[in-house]
Amino acid sequence: MAIVIVLVLMAVGSVLFHIWTPWWFTEVASNWGAIDELIVFTFAITGFVFVAVVLFTAYAIYKFRYKEDRRADYEPENKKLEFWLTVVTAIGVMALLAPGLAVWADFVTVPEGAEEFEVVGEQWNWTFRFPGADGKLGTADVANITYDNPFGMNADDPNGQDDVLIEDYEVHLPIGSPIKVLLRSKDVLHDFWVPQFRAKMDLVPGLESHFWFTPTREGTFDLLCAELCGVGHYTMRGKVTIESEEAFKAWLAAYPTYAETVPAPSDTGGGAASGQ
Amino acid sequence: MVYVPPQEVEDVHLHDPDTFMTKYIWSQDHKVIAVQYSLTAIAVGLVALVLSLMMRLQLGWPGVFDFIDPESYYQFVTMHGMIMVIYLLTALFLGGFGNYLIPLMLGARDMVFPFLNMLSYWVYLLSVIVLMSSYFVPGGPTGAGWTLYPPQAILQGTPGADWGIVTMLASLALFIVAFTMGGLNYVTTVLQARTRGMTLMRMPLSIWGIFVATILGLLAFPALLVSAVMLLLDKLVGTSFFMPAIVSMGEQLDYSGGSPILFQHLFWFFGHPEVYIVALPAFGLVSDLLSTHARKNIFGYRMMVWAIVAIGGLSFVVWAHHMYVSGMNPYFGFFFATTTLIIAVPTALKVYNWTLTLWRGNIRLNVPMLFAIGFIVTFTNGGLTGLFLGNVIVDIPLSDTYFVVAHFHMVMGVSPIMVVFGSIYHWYPKVTGRMLDDRLGRFHFWVTFLGTYAIYFPMHYLGFIGVPRRYYAYEDFDFIPESAITLNENISIAALVVGAVQLVFLYNLVISYRRGKLAGSNPWEATTLEWQTPQTPPAHGNWGDTLPVVYRWAYDYSVPGAAKDFLPQNQPPSDDAPVQEEDNLGFDSTDPASGGGTREDA
Repeated sequence: MAIVIVLVLMAVGSVLFHIWTPWWFTEVASNWGAIDELIVFTFAITGFVFVAVVLFTAYAIYKFRYKEDRRADYEPENKKLEFWLTVVTAIGVMALLAPGLAVWADFVTVPEGAEEFEVVGEQWNWTFRFPGADGKLGTADVANITYDNPFGMNADDPNGQDDVLIEDYEVHLPIGSPIKVLLRSKDVLHDFWVPQFRAKMDLVPGLESHFWFTPTREGTFDLLCAELCGVGHYTMRGKVTIESEEAFKAWLAAYPTYAETVPAPSDTGGGAASGQ
Repeated sequence: MVYVPPQEVEDVHLHDPDTFMTKYIWSQDHKVIAVQYSLTAIAVGLVALVLSLMMRLQLGWPGVFDFIDPESYYQFVTMHGMIMVIYLLTALFLGGFGNYLIPLMLGARDMVFPFLNMLSYWVYLLSVIVLMSSYFVPGGPTGAGWTLYPPQAILQGTPGADWGIVTMLASLALFIVAFTMGGLNYVTTVLQARTRGMTLMRMPLSIWGIFVATILGLLAFPALLVSAVMLLLDKLVGTSFFMPAIVSMGEQLDYSGGSPILFQHLFWFFGHPEVYIVALPAFGLVSDLLSTHARKNIFGYRMMVWAIVAIGGLSFVVWAHHMYVSGMNPYFGFFFATTTLIIAVPTALKVYNWTLTLWRGNIRLNVPMLFAIGFIVTFTNGGLTGLFLGNVIVDIPLSDTYFVVAHFHMVMGVSPIMVVFGSIYHWYPKVTGRMLDDRLGRFHFWVTFLGTYAIYFPMHYLGFIGVPRRYYAYEDFDFIPESAITLNENISIAALVVGAVQLVFLYNLVISYRRGKLAGSNPWEATTLEWQTPQTPPAHGNWGDTLPVVYRWAYDYSVPGAAKDFLPQNQPPSDDAPVQEEDNLGFDSTDPASGGGTREDA
């Protein structure tokens, strides 16, 4: 009968653990707070099912424990019960899926006029690129990458001349307006992730991926790589600072444009970091 | 009821074992091959267990153990995952339990292709040897993660990118060859070698699970084979199937135009059915454990069968739920989230039916039953967290965190292992003729069950914080509280305890082989055919002179009006042993020879 007591304790203990846990989400810093709400909702439904199944099992084991002089029931099927269990389960699953897909529809629809910036990953560093005064990112290609042109900028593209290149582990972003994050990798898969933003997406060599979010809270957050990218994966770190539009502009102004880096390539490396 | 006399059976001289070599080494007997498969799988599984403990040492006490550097850590991660999923669970459920149970449960003398069966084991052993050789090649085994995603897997910057990845891919290719030989055999045997009266709808659920899982494997493994071959070509010949233009460590590489995401699609087209290749046999076996030890028929047999088939079919259209953040077209998310959550319905029904099998049963709480109950708890837990990860938008913050690690270990690590243990305690008496020690078994159960729950339940909460997986160390993260590091230490302690207790299980396996209590032919008073053999352990050919004839389904426990609380499948109808309607699902009850089983003699 120890198993009955243990099962009850597990059901109750799991719920208490959930209520008292010190380990929970970081405070959200983007518009994706709806995901947190969905997780809490999913927890409510799945938690109820888990507790119900475990307690029912425990009760059945207790009530129908072996007795020499008793026979089990002979009940191969119960069509009515099986039907209703199917229906109730299907309804529960739809209740989880429908709001999930609704939020996903937001996630895949980048708002008109979202500001773009680009994240370029390599083993095991983050670099960033902003479109500059013209609001357009110039084209770039892995084939153009050299020591002096680490972003692989296309020298002939007029859109690229004013792009701001940030070879630094920290990037700043303005609060309050939607941002489309364009993701590019030079070598292997990486994944741009700030836990407080909730959203993440892989960087894939050979293509450009993206996602969007709106920063809603000022502060400096850990940026980390969430896709195994080799032996230095755990060291591929960065920072994202969310601040006011003015502070962001002041920060960005300290970094060189692509055109500025071309005549004097030796300035690109360490000099850029002085901007903060 | 018409009495049907057992058929005369002529002796088989296909592969009589007459020397030590043909009996135990180059054996074509499915029972010996099953044991060979099982022992090899368990041995290689122990290696993977030790690797997991190495990871826990690093995570619990970072930096304390100097021999664990980042290279070796990622090699532990990779080899642990691959061994557990493929070389332990797949091989043990299908090569081990499948080989042992299919002919015995269906009333056959052996697999239909005994020589192919033998070859399957030896190629499997070769694949294991090639895999283990990774530790002896320059650079050691690959550290690319068990998913082996290119470009990383074949580039410098990943451990074992020169040799380890080659031995890994070669070993996988060999494994798939071995699996295909075994798998064709299992499917053909199930379809062709059932004894008289054994209709498909009278088969025990163990066979249904193994049968459908094998079909999944035959359809899914080719995707892994081609991706392994293509990756090998990218690595060795310089093709660009999966390799776009790349600058690695400042060098322009000679690749262009390939697609890393193509590999992920191929990998998960195999990888998701693979989850069910492991899960479906576990579903089947645990159904039989629950029914036997609850002394009650499995509840909703037909729904259980159709759920297995439905899950098997659906498992081929959910693969990209592993790729929600891969950068694939985001609109795929709608489709794959929907299919993934649909698969929850038949899965949930199976859980209900297991618990309803206990309801109004007469439950014997022996060791196999304890493990079966443990499975219900861990599988329910792990299945429900799948509803988080399958629901595309909810997956976005949780993917690549410890929530995922906790989820898949609970659902396809701990749960199938619970069934493996329960099944070994259940069938060991048939394999060896002796019972495993009960007290050691209970101790093994309690520590394993409670210990694994203590490991994986809190781990979900690390995932909520956002602790990323596949990290060698967590230094200077603002968002990870100190208490999470303490939690990691506690998880490691639990893991070491659970790991150590598996030695008790091994000791039990060894000691009971000589000293265990004699089992007799049917110690659990079970209905299925393997417990009705004339000898225990069953002799070569399984059934002596005459094959059994099946008169009823596999779950005639506690039949009203019967003298005993179980009626073996080969028990002819009589006043003491009535036949219920359920015994003849889709089958003419008056004449077992009229349908069903296809094999009338050997």
